[in-house]
Amino acid sequence: MGFPLLTIALLAPIIGALILMFVPEDEHRTIKGISAFFTGISLILSLVAYFGYDFALGGYQFVEDLVWIKEIGVTYAMGVDGISLPMLLLTNLIGFSAVFASWNVNKRPKTFFVLLLLLIAGVMGTFISRDLFIFFLFYEVVVIPLYIMVVIWGSTKRVTKEYAGMKLTIYLLIGSAFLLVGVIALYLNAFPVGERTFLIEKLAQAQMSDSFQIFAFLLLLIGFGSLLSMFPFHSWSPDGYAGAPTAVSMIHAGVLKKIGGYGLIRIGLLVLPVGAKFWAPVIAVLAVCNVAYAAMIALAQKDLKYVVGYSSVSHMGYVLIGFAALNVIGINGAIANMFAHGVMSALFFAMIGFVYEKTHTRWIPDMGGLAHQMPRAAIGLMMAGMASLGLPGLVSFIPEFTIFIGAFKVYPVLATICISAIIITALYTLRALANVLFGPRRPEFDQYQDAKGPELVPLVVLGSVLVLAGFFPSLLMDMVNSGVEPMLKPLMDTLNSAPAIGGGF
Amino acid sequence: MNFSLLSSEMLAAGLGTGLLILGLIAPKTENRRGFGYITAFGLLAVLVATFFQYGINQSTFHELWIVDDYSVFMKQVFIVAAILVVLSAVDFVETLPRFRGEFFALIVYALLGMMVMASANDLITIYVGLELMTITFFVLVAYQLGDGRSSEAGIKYLILGSVSSAVLLYGMSILYGLTGTTTIPEMLTKLTWSPILVVAIVMLIGGFGFKISLVPFHMWSPDIYEGAPTPITAFLAVASKAAGFAVMVRVFLLGLPLEGAVDWMLLISLLAGITMVIGNVVAIPQTNIKRMLAYSSVAQAGYMIAGLMSMDAPGVKGILFYSMIYVVANVGAFTVATLVRRALDTDTIADYAGLGQRQPLLASTLTICLLSLAGIPPLSGFVGKFYIFQAVMDKGILWPAFVGFVMSMISVYYYLNVALYMWRDDPKDDRPVPVPGPAKLVIVLSLVVTVVLGVYPGPLGELATMAAKSLF
Repeated sequence: MGFPLLTIALLAPIIGALILMFVPEDEHRTIKGISAFFTGISLILSLVAYFGYDFALGGYQFVEDLVWIKEIGVTYAMGVDGISLPMLLLTNLIGFSAVFASWNVNKRPKTFFVLLLLLIAGVMGTFISRDLFIFFLFYEVVVIPLYIMVVIWGSTKRVTKEYAGMKLTIYLLIGSAFLLVGVIALYLNAFPVGERTFLIEKLAQAQMSDSFQIFAFLLLLIGFGSLLSMFPFHSWSPDGYAGAPTAVSMIHAGVLKKIGGYGLIRIGLLVLPVGAKFWAPVIAVLAVCNVAYAAMIALAQKDLKYVVGYSSVSHMGYVLIGFAALNVIGINGAIANMFAHGVMSALFFAMIGFVYEKTHTRWIPDMGGLAHQMPRAAIGLMMAGMASLGLPGLVSFIPEFTIFIGAFKVYPVLATICISAIIITALYTLRALANVLFGPRRPEFDQYQDAKGPELVPLVVLGSVLVLAGFFPSLLMDMVNSGVEPMLKPLMDTLNSAPAIGGGF
Repeated sequence: MNFSLLSSEMLAAGLGTGLLILGLIAPKTENRRGFGYITAFGLLAVLVATFFQYGINQSTFHELWIVDDYSVFMKQVFIVAAILVVLSAVDFVETLPRFRGEFFALIVYALLGMMVMASANDLITIYVGLELMTITFFVLVAYQLGDGRSSEAGIKYLILGSVSSAVLLYGMSILYGLTGTTTIPEMLTKLTWSPILVVAIVMLIGGFGFKISLVPFHMWSPDIYEGAPTPITAFLAVASKAAGFAVMVRVFLLGLPLEGAVDWMLLISLLAGITMVIGNVVAIPQTNIKRMLAYSSVAQAGYMIAGLMSMDAPGVKGILFYSMIYVVANVGAFTVATLVRRALDTDTIADYAGLGQRQPLLASTLTICLLSLAGIPPLSGFVGKFYIFQAVMDKGILWPAFVGFVMSMISVYYYLNVALYMWRDDPKDDRPVPVPGPAKLVIVLSLVVTVVLGVYPGPLGELATMAAKSLF
């Protein structure tokens, strides 16, 4: 075992949190500096991993293996491939930015940053573990810090923050209960006693009956689907984001949600291909509901965070339909789009959080002309907005395009509906941005200063990724493809011959 | 006859008696804190002694008494619970008006009763151990002299406990009438189907169900938990319940045949399901932390008894593992409740407001322990549930896992409610919440063990597997 890069990246925020516990509560700057430092380490290490990944070699790299619970076959197995690397990088990009987006948190900052660092570590752990058990441990670690952060630092608007926090928590946990039953069933069915293991790559080689795969995939779909805010399990998402403090909205919409999509692909598709094929048409239909229905609701929202909240539900529909296509192109698009949406929504929430912090309003009719007073924040909002509607040259154009190519072959009608929903997306994004940023100068906003110093970090970091990945899509797409193609190719025969529910409609 | 099989019990009996004598010798005016430390160290010695009993697997006194790895593991669960409770009560005894020294002696005797239960291989020995434990608890529950609620709880427990013992004894006597024997392994071979056996089994389930607060025999627990002195509540909630499980597993799995007799599993699984649901649902509206913990412990009994459904070593291993982590998490939670009660004179959850700012250590421990009870990874409660439900699912029975996991996620609602008050709100006043040394030790221990066993359950899991295998 060489240099344990992934473990260090994972432990950095945890060590940071431990150190923070011994820092006096009133040393705000120190607390924030420590948080930034340790998330920075993780960010640098994940950049090293991303650009140090050897395409020629492929497969899992930076592998670490340590027998953890021998009795039941749990291994502390870390490793990243083309599917998990973009997610790892995304986590740390957003985690690092989230620390700076919380630079002005002065209410009990110590507790805040301890929880934030634990949250980041938890999310990171899910993406880099190759063991289902360890994956699950990290998966639920995140829920509790999330809840506490929402109820302490959240905001009460349309719903109280307690309601929002609890709704978010209960949805995720009930989903995870189904997921857990699915995971245990998978573990028990894959191998006989004595050979059992939680290693995902071993599970993928197990022979499981078709009916079992169909049953287990349904459980996983409920679990991961509710995390991904799949229709009809989506209603926690807008309420939750609206109630949450900026950093939590960023991490939740940006990466946590993506664990759902990641899990569906990594465990659902690669371990249970027959089950995935069986349920794919259902997923595709629900995906269209996500895309079209949530976009239309977003159109009617007057709270900026609700607009972005519903928009993120809508975008998850694209991920789902890309997944449901079950071909290399579609899955490539789904993963790339998770990355793209993560960057974009995190930037969106960071900027909304900044504007809200200054003006204390997110109510669109009360705002206007903010580009006069806050040009930098306006740039951030515009970039995020343009990315959201899929403007070429920004990060999300290529992924969405790829998804449509992949999905059109399989579901021409549904894909067409999804494509046309882009018009609605453009409509609500442009409408919201126009009302908030442009129009005549409003004197009541003159007192507010534009973003400066540390407040600019999220804009710079996320904004540059947005543009960079837009201009050089191969940076992202090659990586994703290197993970998806070798995994999916051997499964294509199974996928093509397996039956789909209702004959695929 | 091999008296060495009784060594740990003899040590415990000696410790209890020594404490009583010491109480007579020591001057009345002296406070009794030292007794707490003596008891804790004495119990630690007993704990160490039990480790030498692993691997013996022998019975003595004509099969009345058995020392197998299973019984040793269970004894260790009780001893750990007793040590933690004693340490958390060192400062608590100062608030007692009288009989401070005897407090610890009684805890040791209750422990002795449990240890007898764990090693009993015969219905009468079980009953003797059970009564030693129960009668000691009657005294302990009412220990807070002059406190009406404590006396009320004592009387309630006395009446209900006696009734349940009577029911249990009646069930046992019917079993004796049917088989002509009281030893458990012999019963297994002699029982055949008869209507009266159904009555006997229902009575056994009623009697044991009372001890482990299985629905519908759980009604006593909230009242008595609320009224009893908090350290005793902790001991009652964890150790007495674990002792109930220790006996129940042995009697049902080793003494009552399923084929050709009565399908008691149907009844047990039904009650397990109901217990998981009722315990969690009724806990939601509770405003008193001890009542909330009482209902939560009802729910925990449901999860644990579900482990019986697998009828094999993995299931028993789940129960054993779960007992240990249940003890640690619950004692942690109750210790926090003890300290808050002492400082703020309240058990109301809303009065925990701002504990996160007053005493972050207490608030963190309570949060972690409650979440472990809820079964949130990576805390030990999750691993316990995982072991239990995995064993049951391995037998092809899926529904307990669904009910168990969904209900445990619902339980997060009321556990987080406590966290909500502690972390969100500001303190109502600036009274300090002091944490004395021994209680701090208990709190840190329960915090660390709860987290470490969740992240790295391997060694305890292997020990539990070994213990469980000795039964079959």
